[in-house]
Amino acid sequence: MSATVEIHGVEFAYPDGKRALEGVDLDIEAGERVAILGPNGAGKTTLALHLNGILEPHVGSISIGGLQVVEQNFAEVRRMVGLVFQDPNDQLFMPSVREDVAFGPANLGISGEDLQRRVDGALDIVAGTEFADRPPHHLSGGEKKRAALATVLAMAPDVLVIDEPSSGLDPAGRRELMGTLAGLPMTQLVITHDLPLAFELCGRSVIMNQGRVVADAATGVLLSDDDLLAANRLEPPYSFDRAKDSPRP
Amino acid sequence: MGAGHSHALYVHEHSAVHRMAPQTKLVAALGMVTSIAVTPREAIWAFVLYALMIGSVAVVARLRLGFVAVRLLAVAPFVLFALFIPFIATGEKIEIGFVEISVAGLWGAWNILIKAVLGASVSILLTATTEVADIIRGLGVLRVPVLFTSIAAFMIRYLELITDELGRMRTAMTARGYDPKWVSQARPIATSAGALFIRSYERGERVHAAMLARGFTGEMPTFERPTIAPSQWLRVSIVVLTFAATAVLALVLT
Repeated sequence: MSATVEIHGVEFAYPDGKRALEGVDLDIEAGERVAILGPNGAGKTTLALHLNGILEPHVGSISIGGLQVVEQNFAEVRRMVGLVFQDPNDQLFMPSVREDVAFGPANLGISGEDLQRRVDGALDIVAGTEFADRPPHHLSGGEKKRAALATVLAMAPDVLVIDEPSSGLDPAGRRELMGTLAGLPMTQLVITHDLPLAFELCGRSVIMNQGRVVADAATGVLLSDDDLLAANRLEPPYSFDRAKDSPRP
Repeated sequence: MGAGHSHALYVHEHSAVHRMAPQTKLVAALGMVTSIAVTPREAIWAFVLYALMIGSVAVVARLRLGFVAVRLLAVAPFVLFALFIPFIATGEKIEIGFVEISVAGLWGAWNILIKAVLGASVSILLTATTEVADIIRGLGVLRVPVLFTSIAAFMIRYLELITDELGRMRTAMTARGYDPKWVSQARPIATSAGALFIRSYERGERVHAAMLARGFTGEMPTFERPTIAPSQWLRVSIVVLTFAATAVLALVLT
């Protein structure tokens, strides 16, 4: 149901020479929900792409539930780690949502009634049964986000890595998605700029900057350290700090 | 453009033709178009017969004939040149007023015109009664290699996004006062086409990454399709055989 994530000394540079990860160390317990915060270009998404072998570290190692993320384990690792991309249009490419949700489990060799059950179950979790037979471009932004999540849940992952879950959602859609994530039992890495979401969902947060983990603590502790947040181009919402009772200048 | 690209061709109805499985309609369309294509141009009666049969399918499909006619305008640019053939072809000529018209050219023009119009009508019937996604599924059932069907599916899926993106880029240009009137002002259009190409290429990479993340190994999974009633194939065979018989009769008689 859930698995540990161990990241040790991971370094990575893109082919154009841009160094994205400069030695990332991070250990996550099974079932833990951790927010990954940090400014644009900090390496958060690059790190996410390492977790199931889309990108491979030049130095360092990653293991999921004790299984090394190396080429011979890719099939198993990709079943274990579900990656939800930031733009659902990158994730939804089949003619209908139902087929898209079936794509992952079908790649695992599941077929027939088992496949049907997986698909229905995943759609049910995201409350997506009503749009199951629609083509992806007929969905609203919120529906697309939910459909994208379902495509990953159908693989029954032990670790869920979700990139910017609340971007582009209206407040109600954001609230529903948070409810869904809160109800999921697997280990979760939530990459986000949405600090209230991190505070509500994740007991622990990690701040990344310039390809490194620069802070790792309880979310409440991190979010009350103004200097740390400012140094990493983060800012808690104004309403966070009840002490400031006068309007902002 | 916006949402609804796949509905651009499809007409939402609940007719017997709409309900038929896509693979049967694809086979029917192929049979009809092939018969039309091989029919000799002199067999005018055969073309009248085809037109009547296509018209009756349209009626069963609850498509308005006016709608089919308007959509037929799409072939206009392609048949336009056919209208010149009678004036430039050689051989026996007849005089109409003060212009000389080639008889062989007239037959040539008629041949292109009637076959284009009837062939296009068949594809209009197909696309108006079958959703694009279903056409692709039907091709899959008919054992068209999954490489072709997935390329088609990706193209249709992302065409929508690319046209949206183009629309946004054009809005952004207009918002900054760009209002092209002369060819010399075309440069930004060329640049934006380049930008669009790069963006689409990058999108392709991200989609591929998302596929790999879900265990894609280079082979698209195929899903089982519900089997269809034999009566559907029977109906299709009758239509296709009628078309084929007309074509054969026309070939024999001319």
